[in-house]
Amino acid sequence: MKELDTAGQGSIRVTRKSGNVVVLEKDLATEQMVLAMGPQHPSTHGVLKLECLTDGEVVTEAEPYLGYLHRCFEKHCENVDYPGIVPYTDRMDYLAGMNSEFAFCVAVEKLLDVEIPRRVEFIRVIVAELNRIASHLVAIGTYAIDLGAFTPFLFCFRDREHILSLLEWASGARMLYNYIWIGGLAYDVPADFPRRLKEFVDYFRPKTRELFKLLTENEIFVKRTKGIGIMPADVAINYGWSGPMLRGSGVKWDLRRNDPYSVYPELDFDVPVPDGKFSEIGDCLSRHLVRAIEMEESLNIIDQCLEKMPSSEGFDPRAAIPKRIRPKAGEVYGRAENPRGELGFYIMSDGKSTKPLRCKARSSCFVNLSAMKDLSRGQLIPDLVAIIGSIDIVLGEVDR
Amino acid sequence: MGSSINAWSDWMTGFNPMGIPLGLIILAAIPLVFIAVYALTYGVYGERKISAFMQDRLGPMEVGYWGILQTLADILKLIQKEDVVPTSADKFLFVIGPGILFVGSFLAFAVLPFSPAFIGANLNVGLFYAIGIVSIEVVGILAAGWGSNNKWSLYGAVRSVAQIVSYEIPAAIALLCGAMMAGTLDMQKITMLQSGDFGFAHFYLFQSPIAWLPFLIYFIASLAEVNRAPFDIPEAESELVAGYFTEYSGMKFAVIFLAEYGSMFMVSAIISIVFLGGWNSPLPNIGGLALNTWTSGPSWGAFWIIMKGFFFIFVQMWLRWTLPRLRVDQLMYLCWKVLTPFAFVSFVLTAIWVIYVP
Repeated sequence: MKELDTAGQGSIRVTRKSGNVVVLEKDLATEQMVLAMGPQHPSTHGVLKLECLTDGEVVTEAEPYLGYLHRCFEKHCENVDYPGIVPYTDRMDYLAGMNSEFAFCVAVEKLLDVEIPRRVEFIRVIVAELNRIASHLVAIGTYAIDLGAFTPFLFCFRDREHILSLLEWASGARMLYNYIWIGGLAYDVPADFPRRLKEFVDYFRPKTRELFKLLTENEIFVKRTKGIGIMPADVAINYGWSGPMLRGSGVKWDLRRNDPYSVYPELDFDVPVPDGKFSEIGDCLSRHLVRAIEMEESLNIIDQCLEKMPSSEGFDPRAAIPKRIRPKAGEVYGRAENPRGELGFYIMSDGKSTKPLRCKARSSCFVNLSAMKDLSRGQLIPDLVAIIGSIDIVLGEVDR
Repeated sequence: MGSSINAWSDWMTGFNPMGIPLGLIILAAIPLVFIAVYALTYGVYGERKISAFMQDRLGPMEVGYWGILQTLADILKLIQKEDVVPTSADKFLFVIGPGILFVGSFLAFAVLPFSPAFIGANLNVGLFYAIGIVSIEVVGILAAGWGSNNKWSLYGAVRSVAQIVSYEIPAAIALLCGAMMAGTLDMQKITMLQSGDFGFAHFYLFQSPIAWLPFLIYFIASLAEVNRAPFDIPEAESELVAGYFTEYSGMKFAVIFLAEYGSMFMVSAIISIVFLGGWNSPLPNIGGLALNTWTSGPSWGAFWIIMKGFFFIFVQMWLRWTLPRLRVDQLMYLCWKVLTPFAFVSFVLTAIWVIYVP
C-alpha cells in the first residue's frame, strides 16, 4: 500500500505498489452528533436550550429552544390593573428590575399624559442607572465565568452587592423592587441616600479600571473573544438588535439619546461604540467593551443627577400618582433603554377599564437571541459559549 | 550524607518478617498517606481558602475553627452518597476509569525522592519512568469519558487525551535538559548533584544561563498535563459541564479528585527535583553561619521538597483563579508551535552548554 486518499464519500481508494487500484467500501464519512446544550447547562444563563448539530468540536447548526420560563406576562396584564403590572415587569428582567419598571411607567404615562415632578424623574434615572451598572456587572462577571475566569465574577458580585444594598435601602427589596410607580415613586429616597451614593460612585470608579486590567486587557480573554461571533451592522439592524449588542456592531443607537425620555436630554453622557482598534467591530469583545465602558458612563450620569436633583423639601413622591388609573381609549408604544437593549411596552386601552386591553412587551433579549442561529454557524463549542455569553440573555425576559 | 542515602528505604525494602514483605507495603503506603493528607489539607481546604482570599471572600468558615474541618465533612458526605452508575453506561469502564486515573498519578510517587533517606523505588531511569507512567492517566480519562456514555464526558475525554498526549512532548524535552545537565535519569542522583555549600546556587535553574527556558516550558506543559487552568479545557465547567467526570458522584468522584491533586503535587515535585534541587536546602553556608548544613538531613530534606512542591501548587492555584481558559485550538497551537520548538531550542542550547562551557 502506497497512497491513501479518499475517493468520494464513504470509500477509500488504495493504490498498491503494483499499480492496482483497490477501492475499499468503508464508511469514512463521520456522522454529525446532536448535542443538547441546556436547559440545564452552566453557561446557557438560565433555562435556554440549544440543540446543536456538531461535527467534532464544530457546531454546524444551533437552534435555540425557548419557553421554559414562560409565565404568561402578557395574559396576566389583561387581568391586573395598571399599578399591579409594575411588579410583574420586575420579574421579566430580574437583573434590571428598575429599568423594566421605568420602561413600563414611561409607556403608561405617555398614555395618561401626566406631569411628573422633577425630583421623581431624577431619582428614577439614578436608580435605573444604578441598576444598569448592576446588570452589566452580572453580564461581565458571568461572561468571565463562561470563558473560565472565576475571580472577575466574584469581584463583580462584590461591587454589585453595594448597589443592591443601596437599592434595598431605597425600595426595601434587593431584586424585585416595585419602586417606580406610574406617576411617581413608592417612596422618596432616604435622607442620607445621596451621600452614600456619592461614596459608592467614588469607590466604584477605580474598580472599573481594575476590572479592565484583570479581564478586558487579559491576553487570553482577548484571544477568546476577538473576532468571534462577528455581527455586521446591517444584519444587526435587520435582526432588530438594540442596546449594547447593536452598539457593539458600531451603530450609535441609544434610546436615551435617540428617543429621549425622562430627564436624559439634560444629562451629558457618551454613547460608547467600538472604534475597531482594540476589537474587531461587531465581535464578542466589542459587545463586552461597550458594557464595560457604559458602566463608567452610568457613573457620570449618576454624578450629574446628584448635582441637578431638586431638594426633598415639600416633596411627595406620590403626589402625581392618579387616584384611579383609567386611560382614555387608545394605544401607545413606550420604550426605554434597558441594560440589554430596547424594552418596549405596547399598551392598548379601551377607555372604560382600569386594566389594559392588551399589553405586549417587546423584549430586548428575545430579539437579540434571534440571531443565535446565524451567529453560531460553523463555530467551535467554546466559541458558542462565548457568543451566548456576549448576548447577555436573561431568560426571564426572553420567555416572559 | 554519602552512605546515608536511601538508608532508611533500603532497610525497609529488606524488612520482611516471616516472609511477608511488610517493609515494601509500608513503603508504598507512605506516599498514599501523604497524598491523602496533603489533598485533604492543602489541596482541598488550602485551595478553597486561597481562592477565597483572592476573590475577596472568606471561604469555608462554619465547620470547625476557620472551617478547617470542612474537607472532612465533605468526605463524610461523599462516602454516604449512593454509588450511582448510569444505566446506559459501560459499567466496567465506568468503574475502572477513576481507578486507572489514580493509579497513574500514584505510581509516579514511587520514584520521587522525598528525602535523602527515602525513595520508594530507586530506579536508575526514574525520570523516564515518571514521565512514562503518568501517561496511564490518559487511559483512565478515556475510560471514564467513554464509559459514562455521555456526550459531554466524551468531549472532555477526547480533549483531554489530545491535550495530555501533545503536552508530553515539550514537557519531556524540557525535563531532558535537566537530565542532560545531570548526566543521569536517576532522580536521587539528580538531586544529589545539586547539593553543595552554596544552597540554591547549585540548583540547575541557576547553574546555566538557559535553564530558565526548559524550567518555564515544563511548568506550562505540566499545567496542561494535569488539566489545570488556563488549560483546564477537558473539564471546562462552562462548556462541558464537568468534562469527563460529569457522571461521577460519591467516592468515585473523590478518587478522581484525589488523582488530580496527586498529579498536581507530582509535577510540582518533579520540577523542583530537576530544576530546584529537590530535597536540598536552598540556604547557603555563609562563613560560620552554616545555614545549609543546619538545614540538611533526612527530615529537613522531606520538608524542603514538600515545601517546594507546595510553592508550585500555590502558583498553579494562583494562575487558576486569575486566568481565563484557552480554546482547544489555541491550546494545540501553543503546544506545537510555541512550546515544542522552544523546547528543542533549549535542548540544543543546553547540550552546547553542557559539552563546552563548564
